[in-house]
Amino acid sequence: MSAVAAHVGRVTQARVALSEWTKLRSVRSTRWSFFAAVVFAIGIAALACAVVAHHYPQMDPREKANFDALGVSLAGVQLAQLAIGVLGVLVITAEYSTGMIRASFTAVPKRLPVLWGKALVFAGVTAALMIPAALIAFFLGQAILSRHGIDIAFTHPGVARAVIGAGLYLVVVGLFALGLGAIVRNTAGGIALFAGIMFVLPPLMNVLPASWNDAASPYLPLAAGEAIMVISPGNSLSPWVGLGLFLLYALAAIAVAAVLLLRRDT
Amino acid sequence: MIEAQGLTKDYGDKRAVDGLTFTVRPGVVTGFLGPNGSGKSTTMRLILQLDAPTAGDVKVNGMHYRDHAAPLHEVGALLEARSVHTGRSAYNHLLALAQTQGIPKSRVAELIDLVGLHEVARKRAGQFSLGMGQRLGIATALLGNPQTVMLDEPVNGLDPEGILWMRHLLKDLAKEGRTVFVSSHLMSEMSLTADHLIVIGRGRVIADTSTEDFVRQASGNVVRVRSPEAARLVGLLAGPDVTFTELGPGLLDVQGLKAEQIGDVAAGNGIAIHELTPQQASLEDAFMDLTREDVEFKAHELEQEAVA
Repeated sequence: MSAVAAHVGRVTQARVALSEWTKLRSVRSTRWSFFAAVVFAIGIAALACAVVAHHYPQMDPREKANFDALGVSLAGVQLAQLAIGVLGVLVITAEYSTGMIRASFTAVPKRLPVLWGKALVFAGVTAALMIPAALIAFFLGQAILSRHGIDIAFTHPGVARAVIGAGLYLVVVGLFALGLGAIVRNTAGGIALFAGIMFVLPPLMNVLPASWNDAASPYLPLAAGEAIMVISPGNSLSPWVGLGLFLLYALAAIAVAAVLLLRRDT
Repeated sequence: MIEAQGLTKDYGDKRAVDGLTFTVRPGVVTGFLGPNGSGKSTTMRLILQLDAPTAGDVKVNGMHYRDHAAPLHEVGALLEARSVHTGRSAYNHLLALAQTQGIPKSRVAELIDLVGLHEVARKRAGQFSLGMGQRLGIATALLGNPQTVMLDEPVNGLDPEGILWMRHLLKDLAKEGRTVFVSSHLMSEMSLTADHLIVIGRGRVIADTSTEDFVRQASGNVVRVRSPEAARLVGLLAGPDVTFTELGPGLLDVQGLKAEQIGDVAAGNGIAIHELTPQQASLEDAFMDLTREDVEFKAHELEQEAVA
């Protein structure tokens, strides 16, 4: 059949990760989603800072006192997390919707290396793109604000942690979405579940009595994760505890997905 | 080598595969025949452990598929449903699968040439025709130079040239000593390719035999005789195991005797013979006979469902 006999080795986690890298870079949805996330993170920051800088002279003293130069330059993260979340779901659910998962599990019948490989590669690429994007957003934003002398220095306590933390936050968002997608195995369902837990659940907490709400709300994924991006947490958890808790949510979702992955038919 | 022992799979309360026991041997093309919905694809998914059996067991090359260190080297599979991300090019699809077990890029290029996808290798697989998709599936199956090749309805969507190519490919693979397991619902195709047949209906093995025997048994040793003295011939041929079916004036089917025996009797008695033809039932007929019960049962069920 063939002149050259195929050289075949064993399946290893590193090889599966390389395969997942090939998969990730070879579909359009990846490029578009990452492009959107970077543009949102930087573009919205620049826009928000320009608007605020323009408006600053007319602000009343109370507004000026509450002005958050860091927060404005990280405003784009809010939108970027949607792009990352959707992509995180798609990375796994697109394999189910197209049937690719059967080819993947035929090549790697132990299955778990595929999930670990996806998580590893997606987290790595998100970190490599979004930490620099957060830094660019911050410095660009502060450059705009500095014309009115209302910028904040990177060396100010907590700022470096918040900016780099914004990139890390997006990595965890991606992992959480990937875990949920792997549980649901359906694109629409995965995105709905992700958006529901992240963005619909927090306002729903308002139906609880105020004391319960105040006690529980900081522990929700979104609030916990966002603690890393502010200088002085108010009602929220301390920065690293918050991000750590958010990471636990993501890892729990991936763990549930792993158990289901081994049990379910494909 | 594929060995199934009492393989059973339920989906909800529907039994798709029911106690299948069979062995697929290397060196020959084994056809896996059955009407649509008889459990062929399910069986193949069970072999690859994409689905878990409700009961029973199946091993490939002596082990459960999942326990092989280099699975693509053991089994190359083309599944019935398309298993390709529509947004990825054929080249990247093959490359990603190859990378899971260190198969080099050169092998990917080699296979793209072998299946004739060179010109469209960089196009998104979603734009492929049925035939091109099938060729990509075959390239995927052969990627790891596997010992066992398992193809679900491989000629589906292929043009005549492609079908001929596939026939030669399967035979060549078997000649190289590989195990070749090919499913189809088309008897005629299998009669040209398969050396051995495993026939299933409603999830059960109905026949497990060589293609030759399958056809011979099915044809039931019938010889068609045309003679102006048919009546006299019947008198001479009559015996305990011989039956006659009159088809018209001077034309009859004789069951239980070989053409040579009939010819000798006629010659010995000076009876003129105008036609003497052993009737070979086509594989299609044989298959229909075997699975009629199953198909009828299904039609009956459908009627009842429609009434209910």
